[in-house]
Amino acid sequence: MMRDFANWALETARSRGATYADARVMDIRHRDLSTKNGQVGTLAESESLGIGIRVIAQGSWGFASTDRLTREGIAACAAGAVAIAKASALAKRHDVEMAPVEAYQDTWQNPFVKDPFRIPIERQLDLLLAADREMSRVKGVTLTETSMAFRRIEQLFASSIGSVIHQVKMESGAGIVATTFAGTEIQKRSYPNSFGGQHQLSGYELVESLDLVGNAPRVAEEAVALHSAPQSPEGTKTIILDSSQLGLQIHESIGHPIELDRVLGMEANFAGMSFLTLEKLGKLRYGSDIVNVVADARLEHGPGLGTFGYDDEGVPAQCTPVITDGLFTGYLSNRETAVSIGLKRSGGTMRTESWNRLPIIRMTNISILPGAWRYDDLIADTDDAILMETNRSWSIDDRRYHFQFSTEIGWEIRGGKKTKMLKNPSYSGITTEFWNSCDAICSRKHWTLWGTPNCGKGQPMQTMGTGHGAAPARFRNIKVGAAFAKS
Amino acid sequence: MSPATKDAKRPAKKRRNAVHREPRAVAALHLLSDAEMRRIAGKIFKLSDADETEVEIGVVSDALTRFANNTIHQNVAEQVLTVSVRTVLDGRTARATTNKTDDDSLRRVVAASKSLARSQPRIPGLLPMPGPQKYGKVARYFENTAYATPADRARAVARVAELAEKNKQTAAGIFTTGVTQSAIVNTKGLFASHRQTRAEFSITILESDSSGWAKANAPDLGRIDPDALARSASEKSAASRNPSEAAPGRWTVILEPAAVLDLVGFLFYDFAGTAVKDQRSCFNKRMGKRVMGENITLHDDVFHPLQSGAPFDGEGMPRQQVLLVDKGIPSNLVYARATAKKMKAKPTGHGMPLPNDYGEAPMNLVFGGGNSSVDDMVRSTERGVLVTRLWYIREVDPYEKVLTGMTRDGTFLVQDGRVAGGIRNFRFNQSILEMLSNVELLGPAVRAAGEESFEMVVPPMKVNNFHFSEVTKF
Repeated sequence: MMRDFANWALETARSRGATYADARVMDIRHRDLSTKNGQVGTLAESESLGIGIRVIAQGSWGFASTDRLTREGIAACAAGAVAIAKASALAKRHDVEMAPVEAYQDTWQNPFVKDPFRIPIERQLDLLLAADREMSRVKGVTLTETSMAFRRIEQLFASSIGSVIHQVKMESGAGIVATTFAGTEIQKRSYPNSFGGQHQLSGYELVESLDLVGNAPRVAEEAVALHSAPQSPEGTKTIILDSSQLGLQIHESIGHPIELDRVLGMEANFAGMSFLTLEKLGKLRYGSDIVNVVADARLEHGPGLGTFGYDDEGVPAQCTPVITDGLFTGYLSNRETAVSIGLKRSGGTMRTESWNRLPIIRMTNISILPGAWRYDDLIADTDDAILMETNRSWSIDDRRYHFQFSTEIGWEIRGGKKTKMLKNPSYSGITTEFWNSCDAICSRKHWTLWGTPNCGKGQPMQTMGTGHGAAPARFRNIKVGAAFAKS
Repeated sequence: MSPATKDAKRPAKKRRNAVHREPRAVAALHLLSDAEMRRIAGKIFKLSDADETEVEIGVVSDALTRFANNTIHQNVAEQVLTVSVRTVLDGRTARATTNKTDDDSLRRVVAASKSLARSQPRIPGLLPMPGPQKYGKVARYFENTAYATPADRARAVARVAELAEKNKQTAAGIFTTGVTQSAIVNTKGLFASHRQTRAEFSITILESDSSGWAKANAPDLGRIDPDALARSASEKSAASRNPSEAAPGRWTVILEPAAVLDLVGFLFYDFAGTAVKDQRSCFNKRMGKRVMGENITLHDDVFHPLQSGAPFDGEGMPRQQVLLVDKGIPSNLVYARATAKKMKAKPTGHGMPLPNDYGEAPMNLVFGGGNSSVDDMVRSTERGVLVTRLWYIREVDPYEKVLTGMTRDGTFLVQDGRVAGGIRNFRFNQSILEMLSNVELLGPAVRAAGEESFEMVVPPMKVNNFHFSEVTKF
């Protein structure tokens, strides 16, 4: 039926005057579970099926979506998309142009071992409740939370140039959090990452690999211990970021600035623009010589939330070098923006949250390539630093120059050893100065492909999952402590 | 420099009658009558043998025209109908949701809800569903907004693009119109339904080294004046050309309503009974104590004429007006039914759909205002910063309620009682409780729209000792 739905849309769009059309039929299924203080919190499933139709007519874009999947409903939606495109032409400066793409007929599915929707809910809840219980046992913990989230996306893309692409993606994620209130302070520790834990394009085997129950006591104990830890210092210091925090640093200070729609002003009203203006391509020293970053949507990069076979305008997954030996070498592009900067093809980064949203340029897997350091050697090589783990807050300006991050926990590194816990660590800086101060990156053994499930962009807002491979890394002469400074 | 939302209201009556009518350019608007929603719920009740069943129906018909570089680059419309079923079985409850409304899909969603409910331990203290309720009246559906066309929006965009081009500037923004419907029906006889429209215009006007921004949002399209908003953003962009750099530190700031909104919006969940019970609210152990200035009073009031939203909560309980902060003293919290029972309070009609982890939240905040205009605040300031909007605000310290973020799209140095010119954007790290203790002047409260919080009714504020910690490069 998906193919029929798409064909009906393309037929109507053509007959109404569209010079290009594509249709995405998406069938999305969610399962969300959570516990709080030993009780089940959320227990919900949802499904959503519909079609999004994108057209060019009179040289302008139109998009309409519907969940009325009758022939009549889809025809009305396609006609609506063409009418919207014609209205867009009322405020047109030039006709839309797009880089060419071949027509593909293909199917693609990410590999996974265990379908999370076939695992009994009871088993999933038992695991969460066991982790919740282990955290609650620790004296001083005032709030325990656990969660799992699963998503299956089946989609069919068809376009007027003849592509028909069927894809199925399975996403899984889970995490736990212990929160403590004492005196005048709230502290928390999360595992394996904050804001929902770890998420990948994977089956239930991801959840089983995390050992939530085994990590629960440590997480809870650290949340309690933070109250007695000294305040992380203010000043200029060497810092070492764990791989999850470095993943978010990449997301905010590399992933977003390289989005070509931002660079070209298309997001100026909401998400903002970028300092990476076009003349900087191939010239800007983004980072130190050891910094190599790619945008890689291919399966061989790993099961990231930015992994797929084809993007949402039918372009095959690719690997784009973004930073090569410290030099800025590539943007995230789509068919339209590629043309506007003279590229011969799209970088394949058009993605949509759901059938009722227009695909826009999104991060795929934006990852820093591993370095050569063993983690223990990196610590031993560091005389005076703060090791920061697990993001707590993040903020960056709308051109992506100035950022500030804080993490849940810090550790003093002195004389090559991890000496004591520090609370409320934070650091801030200017993007290119920061990446140019990187002097050590850990090896593949310490590299993790993290999932950020909550990246917001676009109007109407779309939430998208992105992947970020990272290993612990060291940065010199970084401003620390500004977030908690009083003046 | 007046808040653009005030300007936007002036020509309201004139514009309301001027909405251009023409054949609809998108699929016909499929709104459901109360009878149709009762019929869908009735069908589900027949399919369910659970102890209790609740049906939530949601309809969204939205359209959004997006422009940048003085042209429309995205233009979208959506139609969505969702049906969500919560069942209760032997002291357990769960929810399943679908947008497929054929008989098989409805049968499946009921079965999924029951299966999920059965899969968990009993929930201690799960309350029976509420019976029929009485609701206060709100009128938030406007035909001119429901039936606005892509051409209506495109013509407005063409005008603001022309203004920007004339001023050698670049415009980017959105113009959106739409309708939402929601209903809650349960097997105890409760029926609640609400229909409302929404219109929003937001614009950023850019020059090579400056920008200005304005935004307005209202249930009635006639309350939105894109041309006035564009003029305001254009003037701000021109006035902030060639920005200088000011040193970070403690500053007197004049926050326009959108900036106030995006800061104080971060307080909303702290007023939830559940947040206090979970000891993650900044009002934990602070209820009844003065933690803000005496000039700060805050209500939650869905019936306020500048507010929007349904007069019932996620369980169908009637929303009540609640005094949250009385002259600087946090006085009351909001409670869902279950939270109220646990905390020996009365439900206030602020619960979220069950089951959930968060309990409740006030969604219709209304701040008390004052009599000072933004211009008055500027005139009374020897040296300060005028802030149009804020960006990427995140919580740094949840108990002291320290937030960080950036200024954006119109940040000005105020010197000797006048706006002296644009300055580079600051990062702030500021406790909101401290900020609300340092408010020197308040303006009239208006319906403000920002990007970090939902719309609410807030005044502009002049605040002393606001902490800018660093400065960026533009």
